[in-house]
Amino acid sequence: MAIRKLLVANRGEIAVRIIRAARKLGIATVQVHSRADADMLAVRLADEAVDIGPPSAAKSYLNVAAIVEAAKASGADAIHPGYGFLSENADFAEAVAAANLVFVGPTPDTIRTMGDKAAARAAARAAGVPVVPGSDGIVTVETAPAIAAGIGFPVMVKAAAGGGGRGIRIARDADELAALLPQASAEAQAAFGDGSLYLERFIGRARHVEVQVLGDGRSAIHLGERECSLQRRRQKVWEEAPAPGLPDEARAALCSSAVRLAEACRYSGAGTLEYLYDDATGEFFFIEMNTRIQVEHPVTEMVTGVDLVEEMIRIAGGEPLRHRQADIVTRGHAVEVRINAEDPTRDFRPAPGTVTALALPGGFGVRFDTMLYPGYTVPPFYDSLLGKLIVWDGTREGALARLRAALGELGVDGIATTAGLHAALVRDPDVAAGRFHTRWLEDWLERRPLAPVPQKETAP
Amino acid sequence: MTVTTVACPLPGTFYRRPAPGQAPFKEIGDAVAVGDTIGLIEVMKTFMPIEAETAGTLQAFHVDDEEPVMAGQPLYDIDV
Repeated sequence: MAIRKLLVANRGEIAVRIIRAARKLGIATVQVHSRADADMLAVRLADEAVDIGPPSAAKSYLNVAAIVEAAKASGADAIHPGYGFLSENADFAEAVAAANLVFVGPTPDTIRTMGDKAAARAAARAAGVPVVPGSDGIVTVETAPAIAAGIGFPVMVKAAAGGGGRGIRIARDADELAALLPQASAEAQAAFGDGSLYLERFIGRARHVEVQVLGDGRSAIHLGERECSLQRRRQKVWEEAPAPGLPDEARAALCSSAVRLAEACRYSGAGTLEYLYDDATGEFFFIEMNTRIQVEHPVTEMVTGVDLVEEMIRIAGGEPLRHRQADIVTRGHAVEVRINAEDPTRDFRPAPGTVTALALPGGFGVRFDTMLYPGYTVPPFYDSLLGKLIVWDGTREGALARLRAALGELGVDGIATTAGLHAALVRDPDVAAGRFHTRWLEDWLERRPLAPVPQKETAP
Repeated sequence: MTVTTVACPLPGTFYRRPAPGQAPFKEIGDAVAVGDTIGLIEVMKTFMPIEAETAGTLQAFHVDDEEPVMAGQPLYDIDV
């Protein structure tokens, strides 16, 4: 059934992104919003807007009943969950289906399997996808020491119900593990309502490489990989496609493994398989699958020419995949940097407030996906992502040069942003050479705190 | 007896408890010392403590637990 009216169950830049894709397809849009978001850009752009509750996300963007009710009342026939909030909530996907509405995403069963780390790992192994050596399933205080000894220290203790980098601890030896287990279980119970833990080998110097897939429930294709190693507190800040320095053989093995897993779970929609890639050995290991659109999807769009949000809406409406694997050709190089309302000179302190003036970069190969407009007040209640500056060029070197120029044009007055961090990163020799791993940025920030005023490079 | 109204320094969501199900940091009538935590403000998923800058007795809260608050809005009264 082709979708005629789409409700956007999200906010910020991704809500704007979804509305634009829907509009291109001639689909009407309904934007739900909290009371703190009545003047957000997506509300202004959408055909209709519905107030679903107070500022607190728990009472608005996470309120399943209010969102389903808004869809029914407005005559929407489908719901796009974006990322975060309810996007990977199987109960929400079920509630949407029960109301005879289309959920733009995979089935509740797939969301549930991939949302359970141990089940996802088992599914990956069954599909022949390499996984990080670890416990096959949940460990207890009693079973963990022997299992950890078998895996080899250091080990990561992870909450089965965790995600987004939350609920992860590292134990360097048996004593640390014994001390950490009860505490980690209690924290997981408090944070996720489930104290179950599992163990994985800790790979110290790894890259975070992920593969974008599209599936229609029958077959699946990949759209290449993204490199997302530049992270702070396990939050990505800079992403690229393709991954610099990845040998062609490794790329082919990585991407075909992602397709195997997507097809094995009869994946429908856009999804991402996250891997750790060990530069030293060329080994890669599946970590998890995100069953939704991701923040960094535009770098894939820029190198493949495929509008991922459009494709996921078409698939949800019942269309088969419009591309075969052979149709997907990546061209050039794309980089995305996240512009957050955080002050990098003050330990990334959150910086909500009013944007008094706005200068956006532009020109060939420059894209800025944002919810900002001059005079907009960024509310304090949600995450700090303001927008994403995405650049494309024929080569990585050219893309970095374009990024430097575009960052020079970007001006967000009235609030602090992370633009200054990126201006420093884009000039760093290690970044220019693609020499980084998942802990590189935190080390770099420690060695070289960002001064309030940009300074000349002093680090070797 | 001088009652002072303290304004919230940051916008966000006000929490009177360290975590759901736990006892509030302070109840009305409690003694407050300089540096005591009165509550938390959640700003963009980051929790910042609200610490007392003057000692005294807590008289009233102007914002309920888990409710939004704007910077400069009266947060609590203290009898110094």
